[in-house]
Amino acid sequence: MKYKDYYAIMGVDRTATPDEIKKAYRKLARKFHPDVSKEANAEERFKEVQEAYETLKDPEKRAAYDQLGRHPEGEEFRPPPDWGASFGQGGFGGGFEDIDLADLFAGLSGRARRGGHAPHGPIPGQDFEAGVQLTLDQAYRGTEVELDLVAAEIDEQGVVRRVPHHLKVRIPKGVTDGTKLRVAGKGGKGVNGGRNGDLYLDIQVAPHAIFRVDGQDLYIDLPLAPWEAALGGNIEMPTPAGKISLKVPPGTRAGQQFRIAGRGLQRPDGKAGDLYAVAQIAMPTVLNDRQRALMKELADSSSFNPRAHLETGGVL
Amino acid sequence: MNRELIEAMHLDVHEALTLRELVELSGLAESVLRELIDEGALQPLDVNESTLRFSADCIVRVRTARRLYQDFELEPHALSLMLRLLERIDALEHELRRLRARSMR
Repeated sequence: MKYKDYYAIMGVDRTATPDEIKKAYRKLARKFHPDVSKEANAEERFKEVQEAYETLKDPEKRAAYDQLGRHPEGEEFRPPPDWGASFGQGGFGGGFEDIDLADLFAGLSGRARRGGHAPHGPIPGQDFEAGVQLTLDQAYRGTEVELDLVAAEIDEQGVVRRVPHHLKVRIPKGVTDGTKLRVAGKGGKGVNGGRNGDLYLDIQVAPHAIFRVDGQDLYIDLPLAPWEAALGGNIEMPTPAGKISLKVPPGTRAGQQFRIAGRGLQRPDGKAGDLYAVAQIAMPTVLNDRQRALMKELADSSSFNPRAHLETGGVL
Repeated sequence: MNRELIEAMHLDVHEALTLRELVELSGLAESVLRELIDEGALQPLDVNESTLRFSADCIVRVRTARRLYQDFELEPHALSLMLRLLERIDALEHELRRLRARSMR
């Protein structure tokens, strides 16, 4: 198994007092706890911190850890031959190959306190949590994802094993960023009649080039030429299900929203969001002589003042 | 390797949960969950029912509660406060996403 330097992870000396270790843990938890942190690698960092703290806060486990000696971070090592006997363990089936350091100490507390026997009473299986990143297209249509997860499981002899789980999961259509999905009973196996753990999926939907997502509603900017906005007309526009022709009324303003009912994200149970087209007035950047003349004619013939509301105020 | 295809489900399509089921799913003691209910951080579907039932959406909240309770070594009152503050942050972030989605690029 690979050595992890728990003291370095916690940022404390090997001689740190329990209070110093606790203080360091609290500081790191505030920074990296995934429920409160916005750090990019928060979850991964917090798991390391938690693993280190679980061992260092317990005097018995800390003593056992210290007796493993000091090794470079990540170095392959085996506990000394007499290590197990000193700490009341002996149930790793003679091997340390398929466990890591965290399992070693999890097993140590379990076995040492139970006197090295198989666990009594029901123990629920570990819940899995996994982030799933989807494109908007996958979220709209639903998709299948494959997950490879590893759980620490206790077998009937009380031995901790790392068990790989290969899962193929169907994601229903209509999920959105932040959706939580549950697959009941597909986490780690329970022991002695304990329930199996559940699998929770945290959905993240990548931003899309055209559509913006708000819950199950979608938004799209719809650029209109000034004459299309002024005169109205049927405008072809994309939706996730294909192109449609949207009837834009005469006198459309920039920012005006048109709701296309039921064309947002749709769940299998029939709950459907809407698609909103947000009008933008796009100006041609180059005008030829005739177009410039027509614009001039329009300006001369119009009394429209778009700044009328500013004329009565503005001086403080 | 052939893998069995399993269906993931939206939380709100699961049936309502009892307090006992929430205890089992969260790993929190019933007494802690009752304090969260008393403090308004966890809301039953109908407080007047003799058997309290909760929307399956509550699973996320109670699992968050268990992590915070254990990892920050909180007492239930501080846990309630933290959950309610996190709920406000979630609501504000949701509003921000909504406004960003609605505004033109």
